[in-house]
Amino acid sequence: MVGIVIVSHSSQAADGIKDIALQMADVLDLKLSACGGNKEGGIGTDPDKILEAVEGVYSSEGVVIIADLGSAVMSVEMLVEGMSAEKARNIRVADAPILEGAVMAAIEASAGADLESVLAAAEAVRDMRKIERD
Amino acid sequence: MNCNKEQVINIIKNIASTMEKNKEYLTELDSAIGDADHGINMNRGFKAVVEKLPEVEDKCIGTILKTIGMTLVSTVGGASGPLYGTAFMYAGREVTGEKELDLTDIKNLFRAALEGLVKRGKAKPGDKTIVDTLTPVVDYFKSSLDEKTDNEILEEIVSIAKESMEATKPLLAKKGRASFLKERSKGHLDPGAVSCYLMIKEFAAVLKGVA
Repeated sequence: MVGIVIVSHSSQAADGIKDIALQMADVLDLKLSACGGNKEGGIGTDPDKILEAVEGVYSSEGVVIIADLGSAVMSVEMLVEGMSAEKARNIRVADAPILEGAVMAAIEASAGADLESVLAAAEAVRDMRKIERD
Repeated sequence: MNCNKEQVINIIKNIASTMEKNKEYLTELDSAIGDADHGINMNRGFKAVVEKLPEVEDKCIGTILKTIGMTLVSTVGGASGPLYGTAFMYAGREVTGEKELDLTDIKNLFRAALEGLVKRGKAKPGDKTIVDTLTPVVDYFKSSLDEKTDNEILEEIVSIAKESMEATKPLLAKKGRASFLKERSKGHLDPGAVSCYLMIKEFAAVLKGVA
């Protein structure tokens, strides 16, 4: 199963999004990890925590990482560049809103979809309308 | 112009103390258009760098700079971590094995730092970022400096950095949280442009022998 990592500036936000995604995917053994906050537990990002989260769900089937803003995205990109070529090939960073992207990725991964399909599911929500206005 | 390892270490230590001295100022600048943590983050990062220095002091300048970069990435906690971290890592790669830098090394080091910064943050000059301070300095290093004395070069890079840092004030931010403010980001200095100026100032001060 494709792993999913949620990276937020806040550990509470990351954990909350993980809870929502797990509930929506409705599969208990989903490989989903969440991390957030800086080293001191404040708002920010900590590459060590992100690396640990990625390692926790990594398999050759791949991992999709969904991050919130700025430094979270930059930290993720840096980590992927620093990984072995083999691992980096199996990791995708989604260009998607973190909550909606995580939910869609979780549903797709729980159905046994492959890496590119999980990534596409996460990114498909970029233009999702919540309220239809003319 | 030469810069030996001891001077590199002194520059870093002086940057760390200038970040501590300017912690409130940088955070205040960041509270106007960012998330009010730039001074706190930079101080945290460079404090960790100074603690790490004894482990690498006997290594080459390349290793020292790369270690600084990696330490900043893992301790700063904001966007400036990956940004300055990548800049230092790229700069270090340029001078692997060196125990003393000449002007060509220094030029290459600054150019590589800017490349790292741009690769990570994807900012262009005029986006109201660190890139605005560093780009004109790198351009200056590309010009012919044969007629200049070391002191002239060092004074000129500081004044170029200062001017370009100050020029970020009227700009509309295109990156980071400041960009979410759109027009409201105008009229404030970019905190990253300021911290970059502070670093260049410390670099020049040590090489001029006044710090």
